[in-house]
Amino acid sequence: MFGLTARSAGFSPIEAIAFSVIVFAGASQFAAAGMVAAGFAWPAILVLTALVNARHLLYSAAIAPWLRNQSVLKRAVMAHLLTDESFALASVHFQRLGRVDPTGYWIAAIGSTFIPWNVATIVGVLGGQFIPNPRVLGLDIVFPAAMAGLAVGLSHGRREVAAAMAGVACAVLIGLLWDPRFGVVIGGVVGPFIGLAVPAGPRPTTALGAIATDRDEGLPS
Amino acid sequence: MTTGLVGLAVLMALATYPSRAIPLLAPGFDRLPARALEYLRLVGPAVLASIAASQIFVNPAANGSGPSFHVGVEWLAVGVCVVSVAWRRSLLLGIVLAVLIVAGARGLGLAAA
Repeated sequence: MFGLTARSAGFSPIEAIAFSVIVFAGASQFAAAGMVAAGFAWPAILVLTALVNARHLLYSAAIAPWLRNQSVLKRAVMAHLLTDESFALASVHFQRLGRVDPTGYWIAAIGSTFIPWNVATIVGVLGGQFIPNPRVLGLDIVFPAAMAGLAVGLSHGRREVAAAMAGVACAVLIGLLWDPRFGVVIGGVVGPFIGLAVPAGPRPTTALGAIATDRDEGLPS
Repeated sequence: MTTGLVGLAVLMALATYPSRAIPLLAPGFDRLPARALEYLRLVGPAVLASIAASQIFVNPAANGSGPSFHVGVEWLAVGVCVVSVAWRRSLLLGIVLAVLIVAGARGLGLAAA
């Protein structure tokens, strides 16, 4: 979809591919393509990019405890590959295992996200001329459906469900009253507070949850 | 072939990288209090659900008008995907079903393309 969008915004194939390789952040890439097409100045695009991608701070903080034993260089590369999809896939994988799996992170970040995203960009920007309206094929639903499905995959208790539902409420309300991009960030910040206000269910089975529980009980981490 | 926007891509990456990297590279994030770790554990479901909701419930501002509430077949498609993941634990199946629902509805003229 980004390749098609970039093409319609006037990007050359090299520019579209550069966005997907160097920026590698879908929502801000779409937003930037729209702003470039509308003639916005670069500083405005950069401010929006920083705001839209502020949610990565939350992802990075959430996944940092899992990756604390990786080398600085590896974590620096892992950071560039941190996206909605790689975060969700890696988090579900780590929680399922109950421990960190660096190979799983690379597979999620590169094999399942970076390569498909860039291949799709190339296909979209080069082959877009043959698909006049991709919405007819329903391809625009892939992104929100994947996000919703991954949220379900991360929800194992009432706190997660409460956080997700509160996030949805914030995203819709703020999105309607202000801007959908800010709605996402505010939903991601406020939702977990609502989740924390809900009584916890059974003892968490995930490593991150176990770390938190052990700290509660004064056990060594 | 133009390459002028490659520079913008580099600057956008520089604007994005700190939020991705600071918690991963700064010392101390693994020694956060239990309450903070529990908060971070809840960030994923909240953010991902927020992204999905903003995509299917909110039409972004366009042509001088503000954002508006969206009602459409996308609700059904994402709902089916959610049920599929919760029931069958299959994200791929959920996405395929969502695409088929939206493409079918638009193909039959039941929803705007």
